Amino acid sequence: MAFYSTSEFKPGMKVLLDGAPCSIVENEFVKPGKGQAFNRVRLRNLQNGRMWERTFKSGESLEGADVVDMDMEYLYTDGEFWHFMKTDGSFEQLAAGEDVMSAAKEWLKEQESYIVTLWNDVPIAVTPPNFIILEVVETDPGIKGDTATGGTKPAKVSTGAVVKVPLFISVGDVLKIDTRTGAYVSRA
Amino acid sequence: MRDDDWRPTCSIDALIERAQTLAAIRGFFAQRGVLEVDTPVLSATTVTEPAIESFSVVDGSERWYLQTSPEYQMKRMIAAGAPSIVRIGPVFRAEESGRLHNPEFTMVEWYRLGFDLAQLIGEVEALLDLVLGKSGYRHLTYRQLLDEGAGVDPFADSNAELNEALTGLGVELSPNASASRRDILDLLVAHAIDAIGDGRVFITDYPEDQAALARIETDAEGRRVAKRFELIVDGIEIANGYDELVDADVLARRMSEDQSIRARAGRSGPAADERLLAAMRSGLPSCSGVALGFDRLMMLKLGVARIDAAMPFGISRA
Repeated sequence: MAFYSTSEFKPGMKVLLDGAPCSIVENEFVKPGKGQAFNRVRLRNLQNGRMWERTFKSGESLEGADVVDMDMEYLYTDGEFWHFMKTDGSFEQLAAGEDVMSAAKEWLKEQESYIVTLWNDVPIAVTPPNFIILEVVETDPGIKGDTATGGTKPAKVSTGAVVKVPLFISVGDVLKIDTRTGAYVSRA
Repeated sequence: MRDDDWRPTCSIDALIERAQTLAAIRGFFAQRGVLEVDTPVLSATTVTEPAIESFSVVDGSERWYLQTSPEYQMKRMIAAGAPSIVRIGPVFRAEESGRLHNPEFTMVEWYRLGFDLAQLIGEVEALLDLVLGKSGYRHLTYRQLLDEGAGVDPFADSNAELNEALTGLGVELSPNASASRRDILDLLVAHAIDAIGDGRVFITDYPEDQAALARIETDAEGRRVAKRFELIVDGIEIANGYDELVDADVLARRMSEDQSIRARAGRSGPAADERLLAAMRSGLPSCSGVALGFDRLMMLKLGVARIDAAMPFGISRA
């Protein structure tokens, strides 16, 4: 891979830091007084989602990371691996291990499209779509017509996730859920 | 190319404010009898300072440098008999681009014959009051700034102690940075400036290795300090002033130290400016001088967060 110098760092650029693939979030040029110039760089570690902040001397460089995001359809799990298929017509399949499934595991639905992040062709993260439609499989009986009191109750959806829902929701209702916050949006 | 890529990076209101402010600054100097002069942008030599990079341009077999400051030429004018002078115009710094930096910017630089640093600071305050409105000023030494803003003593603490303080403030350096004591102090200063908060602050009495073209004196506690100041307004460095070094031999020595620092870092360095040294040998009267970043001053006046929003065409659309 190519090396990128601090002056080329841009948000979204994928680089290797301490051996881990990272995405640059922010690059600030700092030059105090008549001193050496530095770059204060914020990066997101793509393997664990953690934010890192590092200060570089201007002119230092980092190696680019071969990271690509790919839309893939979820097929099934065999208990050890989660299998995805490319949506580009190639029907090519990939298996992701449990360690990279943490963000998506609660929101897995067959035939739904997910973003699989590959580093050197190996999956390192799976991101669910921002909104997903799921059926309620377990909740207290719905209170018909109660759309005004603003009360909530827990409801379990088909993927196993538990979501706070309004009191009028019943088993069998189909919900739109924001996967980034785990919040109920509406009935679908 | 974006649809609005042809537009100036600042608003039309900002253009008007710039013009009015430039006129006010010219009026300020005219009233005080400071003569406005022009200096060339292209020059045969340039600064040797290790942390300032000049652009060079080629004309056939000749090489010229775009000036990073009009300082050398202004000192040559003073040595030749000019009175107190001011120059308002473009300067260039290579490899400097960011929220507060543009490779080309407008500098207001002036030299006052017979002024000491306190008198010059007083004049900078008057100019700032004129442009930004009246306000109070804090005066801190470099040592007080680092004590208050970062909890270190730049004159007494060991490198290990300074490093530890930097780590304690959450600054993690890349392992390849191989930061010198000076680098660590610079980062601590950047942090301390953020920590002391908004307001107008003059920082004085810098460590002697940061003297650049300023005189060195011994302070009341026996520390060797450079008679320099920086003006920070709301966390942004606005101006840099010196009680000017007039000794050509001392300057020649500093320039050769700069060149060896550059050589060690593998960067080519310009030759010492022999015309400046000759001017100083013929006799530079005692004077104080200051360079003020006009575009940053306009950022503060306009209340914008980026330097390119205070200048007609930032480098992204130049």
